[in-house]
Amino acid sequence: MALDKSDVQSIAYLARMAISEEDVPAYAENLTSILTLVEQMSAVDTSGVEPMAHPLEMAQRLREDVVTEENRRDHFQQYAPAVENGLFLVPRVIE
Amino acid sequence: MHNKTIAELAAGLRAGEFTSEELTRAFIERIKAHDDRLNSYITVTEEQALAQAREADQRIAAGTAGPLTGVPLAHKDIFCTDGVRTSCASKMLDPFIAPYDATVVRKFREAGAVMLGKTNMDEFAMGSSNETSFYGPVKNPWDLGAVPGGSSGGSAAAVAARLAPGATGTDTGGSIRQPAALCGITGLKPTYGRVSRYGMIAFASSLDQAGPMARTAEDCALMLGAMAGFDERDSTCAEQLVDDYICGLNNDLKGLRIGLPKEYFGEGLDAEVAGAVEAAVDEYKKLGAEVVEISLPNTNLAVPTYYVVAPAECSSNLSRMDGVRFGYRCEEPKDLEDLYKRSRGEGFGPEVKRRIMVGAYALSSGYYDAYYLKAQKLRHLISDDFKKAFEQVDVIMGPTAPTPAFNLGEKKDDPVAMYLADIYTIAVNLAGLPGISVPCGFVGKRPVGLQIIGNYFDEARLLNVAHKYQQATDWHLRTPEGF
Amino acid sequence: MEWEVVIGCEIHTQLATKSKIFSGAATAYGAEPNTQACAVDLGLPGVLPVLNKEAVRMAVMFGLAVDAEIGRRSVFARKNYFYPDLPKGYQISQFELPIVGKGQLAIELEGGESKTIGITRAHLEEDAGKSLHEDFHGMTGIDLNRAGTPLLEIVSEPDMRSGAEASAYMRKIHSIVTYLGICDGNLQEGSFRCDVNVSIRPKGQEAFGTRAEIKNLNSFRFVEKAVEYEVERQIAIIESGGKVVQETRLFDADKGETRSMRSKEEANDYRYFPDPDLLPVVVEEDFIEALRKTLPELPDAKKDRFIEQFGLPAYDAGFLTSSRGIADYFEQVVEASGAEAKLCANWVMGDLSAALNREDKTIEQSPVSAEMLAGMLKRIVDNTISGKIAKEVFEAMWSGEGDADAVIEKKGLKQITDSGAIEAVIDEVIANNAQQVENYRSAEPDKRGKMIGFFVGQVMKATGGKANPGQVNQLLKSKLEG
Repeated sequence: MALDKSDVQSIAYLARMAISEEDVPAYAENLTSILTLVEQMSAVDTSGVEPMAHPLEMAQRLREDVVTEENRRDHFQQYAPAVENGLFLVPRVIE
Repeated sequence: MHNKTIAELAAGLRAGEFTSEELTRAFIERIKAHDDRLNSYITVTEEQALAQAREADQRIAAGTAGPLTGVPLAHKDIFCTDGVRTSCASKMLDPFIAPYDATVVRKFREAGAVMLGKTNMDEFAMGSSNETSFYGPVKNPWDLGAVPGGSSGGSAAAVAARLAPGATGTDTGGSIRQPAALCGITGLKPTYGRVSRYGMIAFASSLDQAGPMARTAEDCALMLGAMAGFDERDSTCAEQLVDDYICGLNNDLKGLRIGLPKEYFGEGLDAEVAGAVEAAVDEYKKLGAEVVEISLPNTNLAVPTYYVVAPAECSSNLSRMDGVRFGYRCEEPKDLEDLYKRSRGEGFGPEVKRRIMVGAYALSSGYYDAYYLKAQKLRHLISDDFKKAFEQVDVIMGPTAPTPAFNLGEKKDDPVAMYLADIYTIAVNLAGLPGISVPCGFVGKRPVGLQIIGNYFDEARLLNVAHKYQQATDWHLRTPEGF
Repeated sequence: MEWEVVIGCEIHTQLATKSKIFSGAATAYGAEPNTQACAVDLGLPGVLPVLNKEAVRMAVMFGLAVDAEIGRRSVFARKNYFYPDLPKGYQISQFELPIVGKGQLAIELEGGESKTIGITRAHLEEDAGKSLHEDFHGMTGIDLNRAGTPLLEIVSEPDMRSGAEASAYMRKIHSIVTYLGICDGNLQEGSFRCDVNVSIRPKGQEAFGTRAEIKNLNSFRFVEKAVEYEVERQIAIIESGGKVVQETRLFDADKGETRSMRSKEEANDYRYFPDPDLLPVVVEEDFIEALRKTLPELPDAKKDRFIEQFGLPAYDAGFLTSSRGIADYFEQVVEASGAEAKLCANWVMGDLSAALNREDKTIEQSPVSAEMLAGMLKRIVDNTISGKIAKEVFEAMWSGEGDADAVIEKKGLKQITDSGAIEAVIDEVIANNAQQVENYRSAEPDKRGKMIGFFVGQVMKATGGKANPGQVNQLLKSKLEG
């Protein structure tokens, strides 16, 4: 699967990453070669094979419903990029 | 002091030959003297280290010390360390001072180990050469023109150059074993779920596993004993008792069944590397082991499968790096979209961006079945290959990497060539098995590693098998010139 | 053209756990911003989720209550999108394998007939935080206290055909989750929110029309109104030759209109995949069976029992069982007062409900407890007060003036049943209203019935309403006739 420049831009948008126009061709080339490598997979017949999401066959462990965490807001917000009145600030969101 | 192994240092500390403070100071001095050439540390935590060392000395004096009390160690900069920058070698997390300790870090702290600092790595553990670090590449102490391997390249180089007696690493596709091989040290990737992932910044959650990197298998055993075990904060951490990794180290290898997968000795393998590995296998025969040729027929699919699974998971794992709550935020974002796009565009390096994009693509609508689901099915086949193999053999051996360390810059712009450096290590992560790399020779100045793969939770046997080899050989005792 | 309306609902119920679904942070409402957001809720690097057992229990309880298949092996998946109130850049939800599968419930339609609505599925997921748009120098503030609160998203089949049905469905789900005690049901605080998918199609046509999704409706009334508006809007578009666009809309309660949510219009590619940080959730048969035994009496069963046990009309029984709080309150009143169930029902449905509505309070917040109301009803039964005086007593209790006996005592509202005293008042009324007495006596007997009202009124006025009305009537008649 060869990716062109607009594919690169749309994937970059999906991942919310700015990619400068001049870097796009290199990404297109590299991503294409990675996808070519990956497409070796398609040669294998996997019908009837169960997908494997985890290496170990374990079931999810369940936590008791107990409050164990206390307020550590100031500690967590110490190095946050922008904070006011305990809120994280971002450019205005319009709904 | 710096040439001693962890086991020897621990004995020396307990015998009162030196204090932890002296020992720690000696390593800090060595880092100051030598790391300019290697760039193996991102952060050296001198003050905290000395404070921890003094505390350890008190514990030793009080007779409440454990085996690692007072031993200085380094942590890969992927583990969160409370109050200390935890960068993952990324501009994105350069401003991130972790507000908590990773479970692994906490366990070492509680064991009384001293943290020397945080080691360099490939950005977010994505790379096999340590060239993707925001803080610059790490050099291989055996040959400053060569890469140390990656992603735990800083840990491997620091241990090889005696800038730390041991260090933690993480291994998602070979990131402990491959740099251990390239730097001539011993590195163990435990079974998935053996060591808690809590506080270890995730690259690919279903593959990541933390492990020890040290000069000897015995030291790895000491470190693993401290790291391993159940953690209620990690759902994927196994509720499985931790073996005593020390007591079986000297078990006899007579009758040990070693499987040699024919696929690991084929095209692409450097002839001298092959020779070193074969010589190691001969050494095992002398120790009484039996060698069986086996087949892992889906070996060639491991790299393609991995480069779907790992990027898919990382594309999602790294979404939290958005410039909102921590880490890097671009200057004066003009709106929310701009904040995301520029913070992430400027904060991530090119290899991280490539993997995020591959992953986002593989999960996107219309491609999920052909890429992600297909890869999960192949993962099953690859895993089944090992299950069958372990019906016949106790351990599997082969080269850790197809070549010795390559030159700095050699594969930097060719991601696919770089990915193939992990061809023998990746399948182990897909299956979730433990694997260890042990020094077994040199090609010129550059070390070669023997990879030993074990069955699930069979780390004690791997360490035993590696240790017996190290009793019979001295590859692991060699020191790089100039260090 | 005759149109058929097709509606399906997605209801988000916040589960009433103490801690979050994947962390040990508290879920209490109304805390200072970000003081209940721990490292896991903030999505700090390196943190991992561990599932809350209580959330699983509650989801299974719901499944059992709507007769659904329980997912013996359910899987958490990541729904990937960027939004500032979504700290990790993905929401942990369930996609292919939810914890609750197909089920059903019955709703009551106007006129008393009932209709079965299919439940497609219900899955566990985490709630997002909140964006606060007050002015922070042109910035938006993010509060992540709510992030990680467990939600059960209940998805219905497109089985509803009107706003009233959608609203009845929402009420029914509300009553089930509150009966089960798995959700506090607080609509104002957002514990219970409904998204409705609305489309129309020509009557008789099988294929569905294009739907619009109206998000975040947090009142039963809004659901009905939003649907009505939306149906009119869609009909108008189609009948004027246009096409309905598939989109997300918001309901503006002040204007009674829905409007397009432009920011969410772009097609999202959520890239769902199984969350590798979480393992499959396995629910064992014995766990399910043990839970089945703890299921409380549900609204439908309770309604049938109220009809049977208390002889109440179906309407009353339906009203009283619409929430567990009201039903429990009613039963307490019946038991404590020993009064007739119908009298108790009238008071709960009448004055009490009116007062609650007036002050926008839930039954749990009622200043008049079940014991207090029962105490007052006892005084009606034993003739200490009349039903009319009781209204005054009720209002006094409501405004905190004490229980019924205290109010009756303090205000001197005790009914006058001494016939001598009543007769004295009657005599005075007769003496002061000679003309009316004259009129009464000269009127035809069949007209006198109405005319006596005047005298009753005068007597009640003179006694401050305290005279026993039955006695007043009887005594007046005999005196006037006499």
